[in-house]
Amino acid sequence: MAGIISYGAYVPYMRLPLATIAGGKKVEGGPEKAVANWDEDALTMAVAAAIDCLRGHDRATIDGVLFASTSFAFKEKQGATIIAKALDLRRDVRTADIGDSLRAGTGALRAALDAVRAGSASRVLVVVGDTRMASPRSALEANLGDAAAAFLVGDGDPAVTIEDAYAVTDEMIDVWRTEGDPFVHAWEDRFVIDHGYRTNVREAVRGLLAKLDRKPADFTRLVLYGPDARSHAALARELGFDPSRQLQDALFGRVGNAGAAAAPLQLVAALETSKPGDTLLLASYGDGADALALRVEGPIAGLSDRRGVRWHLERRGEFPSYDMYIRFRQLLSTENDRRAGAGISATKHFRDRDYEISLHAQKCRKCSQVQYPHQRVCFKCFAKDEFDHVRLSDRIGTLKSFTFDNFAGSPNPPLVATVTDVAGARLYLQMTDVNPKEVKLDLPVELVFRKIHDAGGTPNYFWKCTPARTAPEEQTR
Amino acid sequence: MNKDAIRDKVAVVGMGCCKFGENWDKDPQDMIVEAAYEAYADAGLQDPQKQIEAVFCGAQYPSKGTAEVADALKLYDRPVSMVVNYCATGTDAFRYGVFAVASGMYDTVLVVGFDKPKDRGVSGPSVAVTGVRGLPATPAGWFSHCAARYFDTFGAGREDLAKIAVKNHHNGTLAPKSMLKREITVEEALNARMISWPFGLYDCAAQSDGAAAAILTRRELAKGFRDDFVLVRAIGIALAADPKEDPDFDFLRWKPTEMAARQVYEQAGITNPRKEIHVAQVHDCFTLTELLAYEDLGFCEKGSAKEHIASGTFELGGELPVNTDGGLKTFGHPTGATGVRMIYENYKQLQGKADKRQVKNPTVALSHNIGGAPQACGVCIVALP
Repeated sequence: MAGIISYGAYVPYMRLPLATIAGGKKVEGGPEKAVANWDEDALTMAVAAAIDCLRGHDRATIDGVLFASTSFAFKEKQGATIIAKALDLRRDVRTADIGDSLRAGTGALRAALDAVRAGSASRVLVVVGDTRMASPRSALEANLGDAAAAFLVGDGDPAVTIEDAYAVTDEMIDVWRTEGDPFVHAWEDRFVIDHGYRTNVREAVRGLLAKLDRKPADFTRLVLYGPDARSHAALARELGFDPSRQLQDALFGRVGNAGAAAAPLQLVAALETSKPGDTLLLASYGDGADALALRVEGPIAGLSDRRGVRWHLERRGEFPSYDMYIRFRQLLSTENDRRAGAGISATKHFRDRDYEISLHAQKCRKCSQVQYPHQRVCFKCFAKDEFDHVRLSDRIGTLKSFTFDNFAGSPNPPLVATVTDVAGARLYLQMTDVNPKEVKLDLPVELVFRKIHDAGGTPNYFWKCTPARTAPEEQTR
Repeated sequence: MNKDAIRDKVAVVGMGCCKFGENWDKDPQDMIVEAAYEAYADAGLQDPQKQIEAVFCGAQYPSKGTAEVADALKLYDRPVSMVVNYCATGTDAFRYGVFAVASGMYDTVLVVGFDKPKDRGVSGPSVAVTGVRGLPATPAGWFSHCAARYFDTFGAGREDLAKIAVKNHHNGTLAPKSMLKREITVEEALNARMISWPFGLYDCAAQSDGAAAAILTRRELAKGFRDDFVLVRAIGIALAADPKEDPDFDFLRWKPTEMAARQVYEQAGITNPRKEIHVAQVHDCFTLTELLAYEDLGFCEKGSAKEHIASGTFELGGELPVNTDGGLKTFGHPTGATGVRMIYENYKQLQGKADKRQVKNPTVALSHNIGGAPQACGVCIVALP
């Protein structure tokens, strides 16, 4: 039977207290939103969620990747391909991006299920990430947050089965963003909520209930996309669910509205606390609505080591000022931009893809020394061309040395530069998502896929390290 | 390696050095001419166009290559070659000049080291973005990578580095051709803004423009130029793996310095460097680079540098004065010029012409450059006959 075999999530480390948006003072314990670090985008967050999802799974078994987002960094150039390479998946993996709608996440999930049911793939990775931006200081800005979720869809003995689904499509001008505009815009909210959100989700959910001949009370939980906390609870009530008992927390005031990733992220949060036999109704909105009926199965117990939403919510750093947030989002140009130049060499990138995107090192067949970057002659025994590739991205490294560089171009100086041992190889890596006070010799670190810079106007990805925030016994991925 | 191949066979008979600094109003041509003509005058060359048979240049960022020197000095119709070897570029150009003379091919050659980084419009290093690895940390970021582990292992700290900056700032006030002529205190050094931990502003050498030149000839011909010539006793260059990639690196030393030092000590027959070397110019692009050089050159035991810094071993009046002209700290670091500038200072010291910074009766002097990631090191020993 087709279903969800595994899940993973990612919420960025950085949080912006909402009170600081208009230049106000931070309120202790007050509402905040999750914001991608300056070196993150929808794609890097999707990679992080995918790594969480694929923990313990043989990556060679993945047949397809669907990447859903409304905030792709490239207008032409596929994100799913970069994700597949970063995850070191097979070369014959099928890839597609699904975008342009808040409903892209559930759309991708349904497409993956259809592919598996049709027998054209046995395992499809669905990754959803969004980093939507609204104009600075607008009401919408406080509402939007950044996050990603991932699901491994496959046949066999899934942790979650999908009993049925129902969709409606609707054309209206509610929320949109055009080519070249960095900001999301929306029509007056009462119109959008009444005629867009409420009307469409109600129709999809009632359509699904009718198809299944079930009542709201038959579901353990409602996982419902919401544009804001009030409309979210109101619609749940209108649909006949009990918000206090059945409605999954939409993470307003902690993550914010994560766009296409919002409903998928809530689904991960719901699965973290689900038991076999629980039934979930998942509903998302955007140019219509999707409703899916899910049943939690026995194998859910095997997914308890996923970081998911809970782990990521506990791990946080805070923007000290709104100004820094504005700089991170590149809404304030800095002197560093002037130096960016023509960008990276496409041919060099082409030759180094295995090493830089898949983070392969080489292991000498003669003396076993692992080395990085790409060599023809062994550092240690001088054997020529006697190497096997080994993937480093899922290994835990150790900090051999570090410095805090205030002079290197970074929107958030000092840049933490490290030399890190990973599986015996030495890597020169930047460290990210870190308070400089945490940095010390021999610190265990894990590897994260990030933007190194935007030289040449494109996101240029490589790996960085970040403190390994897991117990030592969990330090194999 | 034939350790006796060049030993004491080549003499330095003239040297020149332009004033180092942010020479906004000078072309490379201006600085090359100033340095070369001072060397001509110093050697008493009457007709350089006839007497100089070959030219060896060193520059990291030349705009025209060898022609930059040939055009400036109108030295055509003879070999003019250029060497690039990171921060050891000047020392390596000098080394090729020594080989050219020692081989017997030429009687008299000119070595010119120069660079003009201040034409690039940025106060720091340029950031040429062509890839995603290794960027965008800076030279201060690369050279600081031994700090955390060295401090942790040997109990040294930023105060020890500050004392090196204070010493070099002091020495620089006594050197007519230095760029910075200001005494600083340990407190100033410790409180200055951070560049790359543990390096504050005063732990870093500035970038500057400069040129330096040397006239080399066979030892037998030296007397024809001057009585107080200086001999090249030993010279070596070594390249090591990038310490950020080398799986065996321990972050307590710079391997290239140890490697190049072994070469020259073997050539010179030196077994106790602190006693047998009387004055040294070492690469102080950052204060920690100088500290590690004390140990990697064998001036003191590994881990003991801080005791010697405290006791003044390397100060002007100390047992082995280091960076008597203020080093890169006060001259700045026009890459190709630096190695030749260091030999200029040693040459003056051996001749007893170093004025207020004169060390007492030195007969053997060492100079040292290290650069790149760092990967490349050059060491040169000059001595009185």
